[in-house]
Amino acid sequence: MKYHQVIVVGGGLAGMRAALEAAKLCDTAVISKVHPLRSHSVSAQGGINAPLGNNPEGKDDSVERHSFDTVKGSDFLADQDAVDVFIGSSADRVYEMEHWGVPFSRTEDGRIAQRPFGGAGFPRTCYCADTTGHVMLHCMYERAIRHDIKFYEEWQVICLVNDGGACRGVIAISIITGELEAFMADAVIFGTGGAGRTYGKSTNAIINTGSGMAVAYWAGVPLKDMEFIQFHPTSIIGTNILMTEGARGEGGYLVNNRGERFMKNYTPKFMELAPRDIVARSIQTEINEGRGFENQHVHLDLRHLGKAKIMERLPGIRDICLHFLGIDPIDTPIPIQPAQHYTMGGIDCNINCETVLKGFYAAGECACVSVHGSNRLGGNSLLETIVFGKIAGDFASRYAKGLSATGQGKAAMKKALKEQEEKINRLLASTGSENPAKIRAELKSVMFENVGIFRDTKPMQEAVAKVRELRERYKKISLDFKGRRYNLDLCRNLELEGKIDLAEAIAAGALARTESRGSHFHLGYPKRDDDNWLKHTMATHTKDGPKLSYSTVTITKYKPEERKY
Amino acid sequence: MKEHSEVTFRILRFDPTMDHAPAFQDYKLAVKGALTVLEGLFEILENQDGSLGMRYSCRSAVCGSCAMHINGAYRLACETQIRHLNSRVITIRPLAHLPIIKDLVVDMGPFFEKYKRIKPYLEASTSIPDKEFIQSPRKRKRLNEIIDCILCGACYASCTMTLTDPEYLGPAALMKANRFVQDSRDEITRERLAIVNDENGVWRCHTIFNCQIACPKNLNPTHSIAQLKQKVIINRLTGRL
Repeated sequence: MKYHQVIVVGGGLAGMRAALEAAKLCDTAVISKVHPLRSHSVSAQGGINAPLGNNPEGKDDSVERHSFDTVKGSDFLADQDAVDVFIGSSADRVYEMEHWGVPFSRTEDGRIAQRPFGGAGFPRTCYCADTTGHVMLHCMYERAIRHDIKFYEEWQVICLVNDGGACRGVIAISIITGELEAFMADAVIFGTGGAGRTYGKSTNAIINTGSGMAVAYWAGVPLKDMEFIQFHPTSIIGTNILMTEGARGEGGYLVNNRGERFMKNYTPKFMELAPRDIVARSIQTEINEGRGFENQHVHLDLRHLGKAKIMERLPGIRDICLHFLGIDPIDTPIPIQPAQHYTMGGIDCNINCETVLKGFYAAGECACVSVHGSNRLGGNSLLETIVFGKIAGDFASRYAKGLSATGQGKAAMKKALKEQEEKINRLLASTGSENPAKIRAELKSVMFENVGIFRDTKPMQEAVAKVRELRERYKKISLDFKGRRYNLDLCRNLELEGKIDLAEAIAAGALARTESRGSHFHLGYPKRDDDNWLKHTMATHTKDGPKLSYSTVTITKYKPEERKY
Repeated sequence: MKEHSEVTFRILRFDPTMDHAPAFQDYKLAVKGALTVLEGLFEILENQDGSLGMRYSCRSAVCGSCAMHINGAYRLACETQIRHLNSRVITIRPLAHLPIIKDLVVDMGPFFEKYKRIKPYLEASTSIPDKEFIQSPRKRKRLNEIIDCILCGACYASCTMTLTDPEYLGPAALMKANRFVQDSRDEITRERLAIVNDENGVWRCHTIFNCQIACPKNLNPTHSIAQLKQKVIINRLTGRL
């Protein structure tokens, strides 16, 4: 058994930021299923928001305006006290990252450059060309090296130990050796990322399976607002690799098969810079109504920006087009379609990143403090990782430090380790006839088709039934490889079990919500319904599926109003 | 190559805890349209052989997980289209000069230990401003390209000197050192130059350009090493090192 005062699970931006904070007070270690530099934070392209006012057109920007844009973007589901904390510390966190070495692109006078992004009244997105997540993740890892943070790499956490309401640590499997280990801790922080790969057509890394959310859910921590899945408007056809919103921020056009900039028919004032939920639905509508190309995509046209601007501001997406599509966006429009992109919901936690399980905290995409509500604005996710990563690290370490007795719960840890050993042995010995790869593919397909950009009662009912069927079939799988060393068959199918349960929470929450709000667009109920649905969905795990309940949205300054752009 | 055709994936298999020596194993694969090498490997993992060991994450050429030796060159499996290889046999090996954990998975430990030796972090502790450091676009431009390194290890595996001298820092770590030497915000330039001014540092580079050829991001570690050598020489000639 290993022991650290604070254990952080996840080596992305949120996890490493949390660890850097916790390590100020406590012995802290990070467990990650990949090397930290392979975390999905690395894929973020466009930028990070803060109302610095560095762009001449943004000199009147303020915390107040950024907060309002965030709440309005969320379709008023975000908790406004959380948004206050979130935006209130945005400038400090961005300056801190700059001091730590992030090589932001610069204004002529040497300050951090800022570009426009969807749903924002001012250009407030700080960026480094179109590789902002990459440079931030590398910088955060550099900082972790400087402070000698302890990492356990290629360990997959499969169980969170809930000892009568107190968190005692996690059980993890070494991907390399296949051995299990109990990691005891006084406080545990999850920064395990989103669940994008529950869906087909996703912009997410292959590792984004939502395993952290599932592990917390199984341990009795509710998931909040899981039905709110963001579909990014612009991913390339085929692989669905992201084309950053920065491309539209720099002036890129969306064009249908008639050569029209069709956003004029949806959001004439904001055009391509409307929020993502609206742009994604507009594109899908064009495709559905026959104005797309090959019935599956529209064009993102950058040609008028010119070679120099594309090379300077968007070199990464040019490379992606060259390698994955074989076209050069300098002289050819990019074929794009909407794809799953972000999980607004996640592990339910409060403004201090605390959950109902004492000593267990969450931050970043796996968490739902609820600053994004039903739709996240671009540039706010990178900000969330560093703001709430720091808060989670701060609160978890102070909690651990304040305990009168440390290293509690050895018996519970041993019991959990034994149960997990038995589970792994059962899985390795299984001889069922079901092919797990097929289950995974069917799950992704039914989620994208039936609980996707446009939703309706019947398809969602079918999705819930299908997910339940897949759970039954999962019980009859067998693994192709029974060995222990680097057994991806085992690790991926442990994740599949979680994906199925998360998918059920997403589909059940969506089916119940008879309104349209943000990313959840219900054809049978196309209007937002504040009287009945201005509330958070909570899904609690039971052996028969999710038990749904609801909690209040915190409204302070901004009264809900119709969301128009 | 035709759109619908069969290729052979010839993959180096090795489990050091079980096998005496690495050996190639062949898998047949139907290729339809645009299929990447990584997608081909997944097809094998999911439908032919669950024992295959490999690394993956972003599948969009930015995380650095899937660098491997594919038909004679180091490439990222995720961005390599099978049809572009124009061959019926795709031979795949793990990164060289690093111990194999299993199959295409190598121990990156030695690679990252060397990365750590060059103090891979901005050291700017004496004059932190209230807002951001002011850095002109001209000074910022010096970091272009160097900051795009994804630490995939392709340069390291292609370098003949990392094979013959296990202590040599290697192209990736040296380029990382240059990333901070070139950054106007960093305050420990001389300390960094002292680290790389070593027989296992810049002077071990024989300027063969393997790293430049191997880099899947088209970066130029050789140039970074040359820039460091130049700085070291100036500092030595003027008695500062």
